[in-house]
Amino acid sequence: MTTTTLAVLVPLLPFLGAAAGLLLGRTAPGFVRPLAVLPTFAAFVLAVLVAARQGGGRAVDSATEFTPTGSVPIELALHIDGFAALVAVLVGLVALCVQIYSTGYLRDDPRYPSYAALVSLFTSAMLLVVYSGDLIVLLVGWEVMGICSYFLVGHYWETPEARAASIKAFLVTKLGDVPFLIGLFALGTDASSFRITKILGTVAGGGLHHPTLIALLLLAGVAGKSAQFPLHTWLPDAMAGPTPVSALIHAATMVAAGIYFIARLLPVFQASSAAMVVLAVMAAVTMAGSGFAALAQDDIKRVLAYSTIGQLGYMTGALAVGERGAAVFHLLSHGAFKALLFLAAGVIIHAAGTNSLAAMSRMKDLRARVPDAYWTMTVALLALAAIPPFAGFFSKESVLGAAEHVATGHTEHAPGAAGWIVLLVGLFTALLTASYATRLWLLAFRGHGAEAPDHGKQPRAMNAVLWVLAVPSLAFGLAYGVLPDWFDSRDLTPTLITSVLGTGLALVGGLVTYGAWRHTTALAGRIPLGAVAAHPEADAGLVEAEAIASHEPAYGEVAYAHDPADPGRLLLGPLHRHAAVGFHLDAVYDALFVRPVRAGASLVRFLDREVVETYVRGAGALPRLLGAAVRRAQTGNVQTYVSALLAGTVVLAVAALLVATGA
Amino acid sequence: MHLVYPAVLAVLLFSTGLYGVLARRNAILVLMSVELMLNAVNLNLVAFDVWLNRAARETLHSGQALTLFTIAIAAAEIGIGLAIVLAVHRNRGTSDIDRLRDTAEGHESDAPEAEKAEATA
Repeated sequence: MTTTTLAVLVPLLPFLGAAAGLLLGRTAPGFVRPLAVLPTFAAFVLAVLVAARQGGGRAVDSATEFTPTGSVPIELALHIDGFAALVAVLVGLVALCVQIYSTGYLRDDPRYPSYAALVSLFTSAMLLVVYSGDLIVLLVGWEVMGICSYFLVGHYWETPEARAASIKAFLVTKLGDVPFLIGLFALGTDASSFRITKILGTVAGGGLHHPTLIALLLLAGVAGKSAQFPLHTWLPDAMAGPTPVSALIHAATMVAAGIYFIARLLPVFQASSAAMVVLAVMAAVTMAGSGFAALAQDDIKRVLAYSTIGQLGYMTGALAVGERGAAVFHLLSHGAFKALLFLAAGVIIHAAGTNSLAAMSRMKDLRARVPDAYWTMTVALLALAAIPPFAGFFSKESVLGAAEHVATGHTEHAPGAAGWIVLLVGLFTALLTASYATRLWLLAFRGHGAEAPDHGKQPRAMNAVLWVLAVPSLAFGLAYGVLPDWFDSRDLTPTLITSVLGTGLALVGGLVTYGAWRHTTALAGRIPLGAVAAHPEADAGLVEAEAIASHEPAYGEVAYAHDPADPGRLLLGPLHRHAAVGFHLDAVYDALFVRPVRAGASLVRFLDREVVETYVRGAGALPRLLGAAVRRAQTGNVQTYVSALLAGTVVLAVAALLVATGA
Repeated sequence: MHLVYPAVLAVLLFSTGLYGVLARRNAILVLMSVELMLNAVNLNLVAFDVWLNRAARETLHSGQALTLFTIAIAAAEIGIGLAIVLAVHRNRGTSDIDRLRDTAEGHESDAPEAEKAEATA
């Protein structure tokens, strides 16, 4: 088979799996698991094959036009360069892991068939985005991911949190997608093609008429999808979905789609230095803000969600300094270790029966209950904090190195200001990242107090997957030597200055948090706290849903716990309250958008009920009155009718006579 | 014979029939009144036919032909009418037109269910 055929099969197989799963889910429950896992596995193998064949060499391009659609043609096109090949491998790997993990995680869930089919559909859509060489086809995958995300976040639709979160995720990403669509049309019109290769050719030839406008419009969609400030607010709430969904969609793949999109079309963005500076500022605000917010969250998954936002900020930063190799390098390593973090967090939530770090910090020996999750999560947290030699170190240093390169004015393709912004905030965020990673580890695994509850061993499917993902988290960074061949980019080797600075700051952050924890941990014993799931023996999905549902009644808020033993509270001081609620951005959105929309809706309802309906009712009332009057004539007596008939006839006859005689 | 005699007789007959249709309560008498009206018309038809024929304006006797039609149709009509009255009388026990008010506005049939079922059957 040619590489093109293989590449077509990669998104197609999970799609067929999803269709079959949805159709057979009820009639043949025995086939659901194989239908979920096998197509994904095949897609992963094929993606690896495609990557091996492509090998970082010339991009594989192939296009076919189904039918002429007038104006700008839409083609079914593949464009597989090094980026596409490697990102597809990552998507395949994470999707496979998540599917295997889900068989254990949701083993008793009655809605597992539709869940697995949606995950497959999502995987297929992401692979389509990755391989697509035509922006409209890419948009199809982009939107399918959005709707899958909506369904999967709302998987536990019995809980109000999940319902609210799914609608929020959908609306906020759509808020970005509308400008994105307009931007795509503008770009297609300027380049008179939606093919990525042709667009890049147009950009290289200087044929783009409105680069800033297009870049900013596209950026809105990217900010929504990749959870960048100011459209990031849906991501922490999306943690109401099942953990495997968080791992797949909200850490490793869907949120990476935005980054990947910019990486593909980077020359379009580079055509406008204003867009690059906006990108840099967006990255900086996202990185720093999410770092603070992550340090104040109580829900273990929300910590990880904010850390995802922060790491995506790094990638955006790398793009802002025009270094897409570094961005995609970080995307790949982050995809691996963040998926691992989420999946391990799922195991921990199941074992502890709670998603609250405050409650976990009051459990002794939680790590002994989940040894696999403990070790793999330690690896992933070290990777997240960018401690050498873990994967995160190399990828993050490549970002910081690229920023330094631009800041010191060694290149032409990005404004120096963007370099400085990304470099300084990136270094500061390294400190924050290490700090919240340490906090998470200490609170989850070094608790004091009552013995952690023993709910038996975790399913083997869940633990095995953790170790599979631990390998790239540990060793993928060493690929920095070969990756430039794939990415046709600058050398990605860490530079000495940024490495020393970054690692130093990370160590400082970790140690400071450790100190704060030593200081506050004594308080933990004095104040008992904690809400645990009602059915700890049930499957992990149910435990998690119950844990999320119990958080708000127990602590008053979904993100926040009044826990004086929290080192984050000591470190952030007065900032803690604000960081815990995401710096009140939700309240701002509430005041700016939600309330006006609600007020508008109630106005419309008033107009409809009181004004429009009055007219309608009035229009009905008059004929009804007339009808009532006429109905009185219906006495049922035939002779009355005949009398009326006679009277009418006589009147008519007299009238006719009068007319005829001309009187 | 002058045309006015049969014409006046027809008017009297027609008025009597009209009075019977509008005022009598018994359905059979109403039908008989209808016959009176029809016969008044027949009388008119025959009289005018003769009158026109004498004036030689019309020689086909179409008035008499039409009268035969009317008589035939009246016979059929009275047959069906009497059958309906008989059926109503068997069902309701009366043929009083004032009490047959099923089509009145807001009418709720006070006949028992069984009787109603029989009526529809």
